[in-house]
This record gives sequence, structure tokens and C-alpha cells, in this order.
Amino acid sequence: MSILVDKNTRVVFQGLGKVGTFHAQQCRDYGTQVVGGVVPGKGGTVKEGFPLFNTVAEAVRKTGANASAVFVPPPAAADAILEAADAGIAVIIAITEGIPVLDMSRAMPFVREKGVRLVGPNCPGVITPGQCKIGIMPGHIHKPGSVGIVSRSGTLTYEAAWQLCEIGLGQSTCVGIGGDPVNGTNFIDVLKLFNEDPQTEAILMIGEIGGTAEEKAAEYVQKHVKKPVAAFIAGQTAPPGKRMGHAGAIISGGSGAATEKIAALKAAGIAVSASPADLGTTMQQAIKAKK
Amino acid sequence: MKIHEYQAKELLAAAGAAIPRGIVVSSAAEAEAAFDKLGGQPVVLKAQVHAGGRGKGRFKDSGKDFGGVKFVKNRADVAPITEVMLKYPLVTKQTGEEGQPVSKVLVQAAADIAREVYVGMVLDRALGKPILMACAEGGVEIEEVAARSPEKILKAVVDPHIGLLPCQARRMAYDLEFTAEQAPKAEAIMTALGRVFLDKDCALAEINPLVVTPTGDVIALDAKMSFDDNASFRHPDIEKLRDETEENPAELRAAKSGLTYISLTGNIGCLVNGAGLAMATMDIIKYHGGEPANFLDVGGGANKDQVTEAFRIILSDPRVKAVLVNIFGGIMKCDTIAGAVIAAFQEVKPKVPFVVRLEGTNVELARKMLADSGLNLQTANGLTEAAKKVVAAVK
Repeated sequence: MSILVDKNTRVVFQGLGKVGTFHAQQCRDYGTQVVGGVVPGKGGTVKEGFPLFNTVAEAVRKTGANASAVFVPPPAAADAILEAADAGIAVIIAITEGIPVLDMSRAMPFVREKGVRLVGPNCPGVITPGQCKIGIMPGHIHKPGSVGIVSRSGTLTYEAAWQLCEIGLGQSTCVGIGGDPVNGTNFIDVLKLFNEDPQTEAILMIGEIGGTAEEKAAEYVQKHVKKPVAAFIAGQTAPPGKRMGHAGAIISGGSGAATEKIAALKAAGIAVSASPADLGTTMQQAIKAKK
Repeated sequence: MKIHEYQAKELLAAAGAAIPRGIVVSSAAEAEAAFDKLGGQPVVLKAQVHAGGRGKGRFKDSGKDFGGVKFVKNRADVAPITEVMLKYPLVTKQTGEEGQPVSKVLVQAAADIAREVYVGMVLDRALGKPILMACAEGGVEIEEVAARSPEKILKAVVDPHIGLLPCQARRMAYDLEFTAEQAPKAEAIMTALGRVFLDKDCALAEINPLVVTPTGDVIALDAKMSFDDNASFRHPDIEKLRDETEENPAELRAAKSGLTYISLTGNIGCLVNGAGLAMATMDIIKYHGGEPANFLDVGGGANKDQVTEAFRIILSDPRVKAVLVNIFGGIMKCDTIAGAVIAAFQEVKPKVPFVVRLEGTNVELARKMLADSGLNLQTANGLTEAAKKVVAAVK
């Protein structure tokens, strides 16, 4: 078992430009079932071995796609997400960075109404090691195992997976929920999935400054999660009022600071790593402590 | 992106809000002319800077005891005060001690104030929707009210498709206890605020204070706005309002090369790929007793040109005494990144110690390349060793 994606996932890529095509190839090489691409106007042609379709609906009809990866540039990305939701795609993974926040604010009610799962935007994607990779993460740094990772960051997630593998801990699924202020999937959504997934025995959560999602996640863990949970919060040294790379990584209006998040996580019994070098070992200790 | 007060008020006025009469000037002579044009009545001179706390600020080295917002009754005082405002940088709690130079002053007809309230619009991240916020106490720091007595803040959730509903504005006006005569005027201003926020992709839009005059007029006396940078592609009109003199030159330069750079106060420069890892790198420097000089996210690619420009930007800060390069090579392999670092190093020829930590794909080859380069680079295995080495280098 795993969450969100597995060997049966059939993914269609939306936006096969240079970057989208490169990553579609990387995902295919990893073993993911990439069933085609959606490029309006190019339907019926083939690019790098990927059959192209004019619309997501057509791709679903002809390939049985049940997941999509969105690489469409920011101005049209929210529309691409809506198109996938409308076509009945079950899991939409939006990689695109730089979507206007009001576009996401406007898109989310429709996505919810359709009952589909949107991961991202502005995220590295989702990987179930050894089975399916949809996103831009390097596949080979991951190994199958029992730790679930959920994170707002890209490279810091790679760092976490790397550290876990170094000490012999593989991953069930790694989910990048993205660095934007309005996203499709939050910590609690993923914690809930990991909590119910029999393969996942422990959870590593990587948050950062901005918003209050980590505080809410801490509350959820305290109430519902019996599996060991470890966490790290990036941006302990970030100044208030500055957007630290991610659109959502900003301390503003007196909320979103790392200290409050860390305090909430600790109060919920979560093992918080003080240093980003100890992500793996903190997880390992949390697992031992629960045994 | 932020804009000036006078620009924010012009956007509100265009959307139907009542604002005070005012004229923007950039010289003392123009200020006098504006005073006359406004009828020779008392005015408020308002230095136009993006930073908050103007009223309580002071003009650096001016020897004068007034801030960036000054009530002026007599014509004779208009020119000398404007001159000070345009000559000396304004230091407020948000500008840092070097202050911010002022190039424009808003000459505004002084309004008598019977009552002031706060109204603002912002995105509520937990809801994923914009909200209109209001508070019967105006002219205050809304964050302070929110922390002290959150029950005093009134909220209305705005549907981003429909906008602020007339009934929401009306309810807010009566909840703020405007009189039957004042309420429609306040509603018009809130409607304008909602319209600008949604039409122009604001990140924040505030009217603080919204005032009632003794004669019953309701006006947006002061306004503050910032915009979602991700939406700038569809607002060329807003992009024209950008004032580059208000932005950190290094941050501006970095943005033009597709890098995200934020200047901090320490002495260890950082070059990292990815925002989360870049923040974590700052954190681990601090954890081991150092102080980061900057946040710098070179993005996923990290090619030679970007790394070279990043080195230049980091080293343009004279406080930087050592640099930590921390890159996780995923799909972009470590040896490619090592090649970019070596090439950039040879071109920029830094004088300060460099510690390079690479991890990920082909890391062994990358470490060998760095070791064989003959350059004055220290390599590190792991984040902890990298942080310790760079902190030791500045001690």
C-alpha cells in the first residue's frame, strides 16, 4: 500500500513544453505509466513517444488516465487544473510555480465540488518509491519503505529522503504539498491518508514559516495519529514581512513564525528536529521511542 | 510589490471611493503652489515612502523634530518643511537606521476627524479566500488589535468570483456603527476596496484610517496596498507604479536574473537551491553560532551564469566574510553543479573563504572535481560539517 499514487496510476501530462517533456520522460524512465500529454492543437500527434491529445477529457476517454501532472505556465495553470478536475481526473498534481493566488482561490471550490484530489501547486510532486513518480523529484534518492513524508518544500524533501535512506529508512510515499498560500492538499489531508495507510509506519512532516497549517496539523496529530511523527520547520531565522522564496513563506500580521509552530508541534508530542541535518535521525528516534 | 499611499488612493478613487483632495509634489515650490491650489487652508504634508510608521519617524541628520506626516497651517512653513522631507532620509521602525530617501510629498487638504475606523482586505490562508476586515478603532496597528483583542475585528468572507456583496458592505457599515447618513458612504468605500483588491490582484489593501468628518463626510484618509507578484503579468498598469528606489538594489538585481535574494544582517553568505533548503541553511548556520548574511535561492537549475551572478550579488555585500554553497543535486547532477561553481569561482575570484557542500547524484565525482580544481574551496560532507566549517571561517 501507499497513498495517492501507485503502480496502477495512469498519468497524463498537461503542458509538454521543454520542462514538462523532460520530466515526463524522467517519470516514464522511473517506471510511471505516462499515458500521454495534453497540448491543445496538437491532438493526434506524438512527442517523444507520448501520444498527444487536445483536451484532458479526450485523454481520459482514450487512455483511461486517472492522474495528471500540470506543467502549464502560470497564466493558464489554474484553468488546466480545472480542466483536469472537470474531466474526472482523480489525482491532479500541479508542479507549476507562480500561479496568482486569486486564481487558486477561485479554482478551489470547483475542485472540492468535483471531489478530486489536487496536490500543489508549486510543489515537487508525489512519489511512491519503486512504483510511481509524478513530479520533478530525483527518483533514485528514494527507496521503498515505511516512512511517509509530507512537505511544503522541494529540495528540503530530497534532503529528508536522502537522510532517511542513509540510515536505512525507506519511504511509503513522499508528498510535496507546495509552497503557495492556497493549495489543494494540506498537511492534515496527507496525515489522514498516512494514518490510514497500513504500509506507513511513521510520518516525517516538513513545514516552514507562514500561515498556521503546521499548528492545525499538530492539533490533528495529537487527536488522531498514533504513529510516530517527526517534524522540522524551516525559516527559524527568517525576518518578518519578507517572502522567503515561496509565495507562502512569509511571517505577516503577527502570525506564521517558526517558534509558534515548533511550540505547537512539541506540545502535540511530535519530535521536532532542531537542525535540518537531523531530519533522518529525529525520525529514527521517534520510531524507537514509540516501540 | 508595494506602492505609495497616493497611488493606492488614486486606485481607490478610480473605483469610486471618496478620498481627500491632495496634490503630489517633488519640490518645495510645487508644494507651495499645491497649498495655494487647495485653497490656502491647512494641509498635511505626507512623505511618500513604502515603509510604515512614517508619523513617528524622523528625518535623519535633519535636526528637526517632526516625522513623515506633518500638519501645516501657515503657507510660510510649507516650503521649508517640504525641503527637509525631500532632503533627508526618513527613518522609521521599518526602514532600518539608514532610512529611506523621499522623492515625493503628498500635499493633502487637512481633514477634521470626528471618528476613525480601520478597513482592510487580505487573503485568509486557512479559508483560501479574501476577507474584508474592519475594526471600530482606526489609526491603530491592526496586528496589535488582533493579538490583544481579536473579538474587536469584524470579518466578512468574500467570494472571489462574485466580490464583496452589497449586503456584506452594508452589514459591515452598520456593525461599525455608522449612522444611517454615513453608512452608504462607507459602503461605497468598502465596495471600492473590494473591487480594487480583486481586479488588481492585491495581496493586501488597507484603508487606515477611514474617517468621518464633523460634517458627516466619510473618506479614505490613508491607504496601503501591496500586490501578488505572481499576477503582475496581467497588470501592466500596476507594474508602472513600481518605485525601484524603494527596493533593495541587490534584491532587485537578483530578481532580474531569476534568483530570489533577501538581504539579512549577518556575515555568512549563502547560496542554496530551493526555498525550503535555503531557509534551512540559514537556520543551521545560526544553530552552530553564525549569522546568515542573506537568503539566496538559485532555483532548481543552478547553471553557470546564475551561480556567477549569485556569487557577485553575495560578494557585493561588504559584510560577507565567508560563503556557504549548499546544493542538493537531484536531476541536475552534482558534477554539473560543481562545474558551474568552479567556473563561477574562477570568474568572480572571491577573496573570502568558501565552503561547498554538495549532496545527491554523482556527488563523489563532484567532490573530486572541487578538490582537483586547485581553488581555495573547502568541501564538506553533510550539512552539519558545512555549517561548522563556515562558522569557524568567520570566527
